[in-house]
Amino acid sequence: MNAVARLGAIALEQFRAWGHATFFFMEMLRAVPASLRRFDLVVAQVHAIGNRSLVIILASGLAVGFVLALQMYYALVIYGAAENLGLIVNLSLVRELGPVVAALLFAGRAGTSLTAEIGLMKAGEQLAAMELMAVDPKARVLAPRLIGGIISMPILAVLFSAIGILGAWVVAVLLIGVDAGNFWSIMQTGVDVWRDVGNGVVKAAVFGVICTVVALYQGHETEATPEGVAYATTRTVVISSLWVLGMDFILTALMFSRP
Amino acid sequence: MVKRKIEILVGFFVLLGMLGLVFLALQAANLGSIGGRDTYKVQARFDNIGGLKPRAPVRSAGVLVGRVKTISLDAKTFQGVITMEIEREYQFPKDSAAKILTAGLLGDQYVGLEPGGDDANLAAGDTIAQTQSAVVLENLIGPFITGRADSAGAAAGAASGAGQ
Repeated sequence: MNAVARLGAIALEQFRAWGHATFFFMEMLRAVPASLRRFDLVVAQVHAIGNRSLVIILASGLAVGFVLALQMYYALVIYGAAENLGLIVNLSLVRELGPVVAALLFAGRAGTSLTAEIGLMKAGEQLAAMELMAVDPKARVLAPRLIGGIISMPILAVLFSAIGILGAWVVAVLLIGVDAGNFWSIMQTGVDVWRDVGNGVVKAAVFGVICTVVALYQGHETEATPEGVAYATTRTVVISSLWVLGMDFILTALMFSRP
Repeated sequence: MVKRKIEILVGFFVLLGMLGLVFLALQAANLGSIGGRDTYKVQARFDNIGGLKPRAPVRSAGVLVGRVKTISLDAKTFQGVITMEIEREYQFPKDSAAKILTAGLLGDQYVGLEPGGDDANLAAGDTIAQTQSAVVLENLIGPFITGRADSAGAAAGAASGAGQ
């Protein structure tokens, strides 16, 4: 009986957390129009979230492009199909790796800083102080960060894919000597703007919402202690990453299931 | 001044994102090659379309002149009906023939258009009468396999006959 009761308690706790997070998200959405009226706040957040993640995203994209091209070359050259290198690298980057890896990096680079920032604001009772001054912290603090994340993430994912393809070009065409004309034209024949590039951007936007909301929620719900903030930051990375990977599977099944 | 600097940096960030998207769309995808070209639709019926897929290229003399738009099955004749979009600048005689060909030995399949000699040109909505189906590898190899099986069987029969 005890085991059943414990199971029930766990389930109830899970439902409570889910409901809490959903309400948190809805309230933040309700605060979005108010924060759009002060767009300079959003711009500052795009700078903090997007601009500052640029270096890590570009460096990782370039590295992934290099490595993908090199490894694919070893496999493709067996079949004399080295010209297809560009197509394979492009499709894997634009459809999957670009949005997913960029989102994982985004969770690590921007999500953690959001959680720590909001968590410390809460620990220092700044959020409570705002409410006392009749300033809605959701409109002033949370919603601009949410919009900033949603704007930044697709841009970062697109740049990740673009620099990855350039990296593949460097390895394939400049270093290995694959024919440049074939490299680009096979890529252009095989990649569709809406189906591949467009869906990749949609994916990235969804991941942007997930990473930012998780980070803000964890920060907002953190225990107001140093350990609490540390735990919340860790949880942000773990939960966002799992969500991104799971959601990526669902989105891929929805977007690319038809041949 | 700090605010202005941040706005400029964010502007560069967004601009960089747009450049990336333009690069992906034009250089790394097919927007440049299909961007709003004027096309007309022509149908063709095949007994077997093989592995032809929507968006497969339509080529004449090896030059890309259009793309396969849709593929469906005619419920009455049980033929595969494909609709092609051919660019308006390329006009073909009415008695042109369509073949389903393969790029290289194992490559993707595409539609090859061979111009005929008619004075009138194909118009939008026309159906190409002369078609040649895809070559299905199993049908090609099948006779060899069964043929060899037959001769092997005959040889075995002869051997057992000689033994008696």
